[in-house]
Amino acid sequence: MLAMIVVFPLLVVFSGWMQTGNTVWQHLAETVLADLLINTVWLLLGVGVLVTILGVGLAWLTVMCEFPGCRLFDWLLMLPLAVPAYVMAFVALGTMDFAGPVQSTLRSMLGHDGYWFPEVRSTGGVITAMSLVLYPYVYMLARSSFLTQGNSLIETARSLGLSAWGAFFRVSIPTARPAIVAGLSLALMETLADFGTVAVFNYDTFTTAIYKAWFGLFNLQAASQLASFLLVFVLIALTTERQLRGRARYHETGRSNRIFRYRLNGWRKWGAVMAAGLVLVIAFIVPVLQLGLWAWEVMAEDLNSRYWGLLWHTLVLGGIAAALTVISAMILAFARRYRADLTIKSAVNIATLGYALPGSVLAVGIMLAFTSIDNFINTLAALAGLEISGQILTGSVFALIIAYVVRFLAVAYGPIDSGLGRIRTSLAEAAHGLGASAMTTMFRVYMPLLRPGLLTAGLLVLVDVMKEMPATMLLRPFGWDTLAVRIHEMTSEGEWERAALPAITLILVGLVPVIILVRRSARH
Amino acid sequence: MAGTLEIKNIRCSYGRETIVDNFSLDFSDATLNCLLGPSGCGKTTVLRAIAGFEPIQAGEIILDGRVISSRGMTVPPEQRGIGMVFQDYALFPHLSVADNVSFGLHKSGKTEKRRIAEEMLELVGLEDYLDRYPHELSGGQQQRVAVARALAPHPPLILMDEPFSNLDVDLRERLVLDIREVLRQRQTTTLFVTHDQGEAFIIGEHVGVMHNGCIMQWDLPYNLYHEPCNRFVADFIGQGRLIEGVLAGPESVNTSLGLLKGNCAYAWPKDTRVDVLLRPDDVLLDVEGGVDCLITDRHFKGAQIMYTLRTPHGDELLSLMPSHLDINAGQKVRVGIDAEHLVMFRQ
Repeated sequence: MLAMIVVFPLLVVFSGWMQTGNTVWQHLAETVLADLLINTVWLLLGVGVLVTILGVGLAWLTVMCEFPGCRLFDWLLMLPLAVPAYVMAFVALGTMDFAGPVQSTLRSMLGHDGYWFPEVRSTGGVITAMSLVLYPYVYMLARSSFLTQGNSLIETARSLGLSAWGAFFRVSIPTARPAIVAGLSLALMETLADFGTVAVFNYDTFTTAIYKAWFGLFNLQAASQLASFLLVFVLIALTTERQLRGRARYHETGRSNRIFRYRLNGWRKWGAVMAAGLVLVIAFIVPVLQLGLWAWEVMAEDLNSRYWGLLWHTLVLGGIAAALTVISAMILAFARRYRADLTIKSAVNIATLGYALPGSVLAVGIMLAFTSIDNFINTLAALAGLEISGQILTGSVFALIIAYVVRFLAVAYGPIDSGLGRIRTSLAEAAHGLGASAMTTMFRVYMPLLRPGLLTAGLLVLVDVMKEMPATMLLRPFGWDTLAVRIHEMTSEGEWERAALPAITLILVGLVPVIILVRRSARH
Repeated sequence: MAGTLEIKNIRCSYGRETIVDNFSLDFSDATLNCLLGPSGCGKTTVLRAIAGFEPIQAGEIILDGRVISSRGMTVPPEQRGIGMVFQDYALFPHLSVADNVSFGLHKSGKTEKRRIAEEMLELVGLEDYLDRYPHELSGGQQQRVAVARALAPHPPLILMDEPFSNLDVDLRERLVLDIREVLRQRQTTTLFVTHDQGEAFIIGEHVGVMHNGCIMQWDLPYNLYHEPCNRFVADFIGQGRLIEGVLAGPESVNTSLGLLKGNCAYAWPKDTRVDVLLRPDDVLLDVEGGVDCLITDRHFKGAQIMYTLRTPHGDELLSLMPSHLDINAGQKVRVGIDAEHLVMFRQ
């Protein structure tokens, strides 16, 4: 039933293929499709590689190595999670572009031709900007995997003749692979669905093409066909990952033991500090400072009741959506665990695809689906002799909330499913054996054990909903503007200073769940 | 023969906290050795120093004539060729049982690896589990695989860190005996650490009792029990109670239970005030010459019953008596002392 709600908009999107005689599609296929494919593949490859290196490398450093500030970096490095990619993008452009402060300073010091500077509006620029804010997905999951692994696996490998690096690549990484791949797939799905960043950089991908097809050509079919192309990408990535896991299911063996960190000395020590510090400075400190500077300039004008209204709407939408999404994800995870027949499995697989669905297309899918339901209700009402205005579902917050749930179900499903995977089935059986009903088992066994997973899920969804831009823009009922919408309005006009206040607010609000997350993980 | 380990006056510390200081130990030739001590005594640190995971700040560790650790010099673990077995088994979850076992065989070809894996698994009785994955095995089976994996590259020395403490008691005893047999068959020198004296006595030919980073006594299990060299060892190994006494001669002592005589001489002067250790098996039923004691508690142990007694002078004694001597608490019983190894400590 739940899966159906998710699947319906997807079907609507795919149904674009049913209509024949689409000349626009022909045109698209002949002209831009190859470029779009190449751009998207480059973006995925670049972000994938960079995010994995940053995430896994930094997780390893902070968990397994001893260097000045390692415990501080351990949580500081999660902070960029609070920075939306499109905020990163406009800050990068604002500071590093030809007219920005960095190049201006260089010019004044070295003259017009006295320096070389990489082009910011380039493939490398997009990849770097995205990776800097998406690596925490990999970092967080790899980190907790390394923590539960402890030392004994590595030490065993070393006593069996592997060097420190050999043990890292042949034992730590493969053992952490499910976590790393889970983090990576989150980051890549985010990359595929991203609209704000590539739009700021003028980098053409499927999402921008869809947007143009919809708003430029007013062709919903072409848009949904492009979207389904995108979905195929994700489907391939996901199924490969699920196949790879195969038989080697990862249960916890024994307890996790304490960590003996590698003590780094000399240049390694300062190299580690530099690496962690550099990432933190570029991905978090510089953007926040720059935004702070900009926000300060416009503070007097922009900090008014309109701004507080935006903040309130963002929080309310985020909270409701997070709660609903976590509940839905739990139902899915339990269904998959207890009724693992083909129907449930494929329902779950499809339901969690929503995350890769670009917000704008999802919005269109839901809009179409709800319109038909509205029409149906109106017809019924008319038959019953009642007068109801046309927009019961489409014009309400309900549509927007559903869009959020569909889109972020995978975000919540990941941590909950892996948390559930770590709970051996014997625990529930033991509870039943002690006379506990299904309900009691749920609340006294599963819920307490799942709490870290549920919390993680809820917070991830909350942060994501607050950052979400395109679906909100299309589906929000009148008077429900959010901070993200405001940012888009300002950046599309190049008014970076005026986008700074909502942007820094999003970062600050996003920081709260990140810090709670950090506290929780530190206590374990 | 390979597998000679010498540890000379090593010191290990984390920051300012010294865990192990002036620690020495040596053994060789396919012996089964054990470090026994309460948690926090530094036994795991010693093991990790031998394996090469902890640097030492003083002293030397020498394996088969080669210095592998000294101040400022630590041969990396992978170049030591020392096998390790952990409490949590530490099987690689992404590899099959056979791949786990052959993990340390770097020079062998594929078929050779498979052959050795089969051979090793047969040794530990798991020849049917080659292609299973670790999570499909029970705890005991996982630890057998871990032992097979550690033994496969023919290490001169194997270190085991509390290898059986995650297992339940029945399984543990059987596994300990099996593993001891395997280690003897492979002629591998072994050092393992545990806090469980039952385990230590079954597997250890020599056992060292550790306390506060030092070895208190390195001895045969029999001697640790019957001739503990200090109060800590006496208290930690086995059960027993101390009663006061005054030395009457080198081998005899006057106590509230009369004159006790042992077979080992003490050099202290006559009339020295001492504490005498009485083990439960030293206190026997003695209807003719003994002292009347009140039974305050009893503990049925199958073949024997452990009685807690109070002497007329108010001292407490433990006495292990055959099970058919079934007396209720609150009644009196006449006991005498038959301590061949009379253990005394100066007050």
